[in-house]
Amino acid sequence: MQPILEKLNSGKVLVADGAMGTMLFNKGLSSGNCPELFNLTHPQLISEIASEYLIAGADIIQTNTFGGSRLKLKNYNLDIDTDRINRIGVELAKKAVQSSAYVSASCGPSGELLKPYGSISENEMFDNYCEQTSSLIQNGADIICIETMTDLNEAVIAVKAAKTISPSIPVISTMTFDKTPKGFYTIMGDDIAKACKKLINAGADIVGSNCGHGIENMIEIAREFKKHSCKPIIIQSNAGIPVYHQDNLIYPETPEYFREKIKSLIEVGVSIIGGC
Amino acid sequence: MNQEESMEILGEISKQLQLGDNEQVKELTIKAIDANINPKIILDNGLIAGMNIIGIQFRNHEIFLPEVLMAAKAMYAGLDLLKPLFIKDEIPSSGKIVIGTVKGDLHDLGKNLVGIMLKGAGFEVIDLGKDVSPENFVDTALKENAKVIGMSALLTTTMPSMKKVIDILETKNLKGKIKTIIGGAPITESYAKEIGADSYAYDASISVERVKYLMEL
Repeated sequence: MQPILEKLNSGKVLVADGAMGTMLFNKGLSSGNCPELFNLTHPQLISEIASEYLIAGADIIQTNTFGGSRLKLKNYNLDIDTDRINRIGVELAKKAVQSSAYVSASCGPSGELLKPYGSISENEMFDNYCEQTSSLIQNGADIICIETMTDLNEAVIAVKAAKTISPSIPVISTMTFDKTPKGFYTIMGDDIAKACKKLINAGADIVGSNCGHGIENMIEIAREFKKHSCKPIIIQSNAGIPVYHQDNLIYPETPEYFREKIKSLIEVGVSIIGGC
Repeated sequence: MNQEESMEILGEISKQLQLGDNEQVKELTIKAIDANINPKIILDNGLIAGMNIIGIQFRNHEIFLPEVLMAAKAMYAGLDLLKPLFIKDEIPSSGKIVIGTVKGDLHDLGKNLVGIMLKGAGFEVIDLGKDVSPENFVDTALKENAKVIGMSALLTTTMPSMKKVIDILETKNLKGKIKTIIGGAPITESYAKEIGADSYAYDASISVERVKYLMEL
């Protein structure tokens, strides 16, 4: 396969997959468990999800390793399985997609706050992501995707960790922003201009935003990124804030609505578009 | 110390708290105690007054999480000095609330923020942490004689656990006696109505107003 950065630089727009959590839920896996544990307990289901996204047309398939860092797994007393969960997470995605899509290895937030607000030092945070990205890269991930970050400092540390493990691995870095009267900010108070600068300086190859409050906001966010980023942009939106209907949670934004809005994202110049 | 000087110290406590300077808040609280200012006055007009402003600024996006967390540290520093001055069980409280992140959900940033704001407003907060079972919410509220249960969820997949708490309250004939308030990124006012929660808070600072309202009923 052509290296992803080459492909993006040639002007191609790629499609990334959608959410993992809702897919697991639809397959009857109950909430309350560690979703990454399913790599070990229900490997066939994880592969199935990857295959379904591939058939749906995704060029990029994410691994089920979002909460796979040691600090996060500790919450479930699964930290001893850190390497295994990440290794198998990559293996399952790779097996399902063969070489017909890029395998993007997901790294979500540690769930801990850096000092002085929390108890984790920068070194501990760095080690946390070195361990996870090392496992993911060694086992053949094509891309590292540092995603859903709300703390720019943690995101920067994670990007640096991935690039320390492998300077050549393409790194995606996405953050979640809230809309305020003064523009879009992370909860820690960083805006898109600052996020772009620091993430790209840290070595991120592709920057953008994921999760959030629906795709309409994402168009505005994408415009901001376009202003401040010299790197390709990725947007992975969720389908709005879910509504409760007859004991079921329904995401209000339909595929048709998404399709309309995606046109705007492409016009703005977004290179990778996916769900979340 | 005359009235004016007391006011000045209390104003300074509030100001240093807003700046997140816990050393200054400690020093000033000691100064206020030494000047024989009533501990309840120090609490209300110094610490709570400062946290109140922090809450408003956070809601208006004038400040962000780091400033709130540093202010909270300063508040706790002052609170720790005042606590021994209150006769046991007579720590002034606007009411008792049990809070936690619901079963299956490990995201506690928002819940912690709510805890900070409620404590900052003078409520007695029993924080059960994250991944809290429906039974634990209800049992703790009963045991502690809390009037309100506050539940938080970030994941859409864990939201249904909030309804379980309300169902238990209904079965035990406690609905109305123990009120419920819910919040978190995917939670909406209409979801709160749908499952029969007594209140919904869009964010941490609004939770203070809503809990005040629930407590007064």
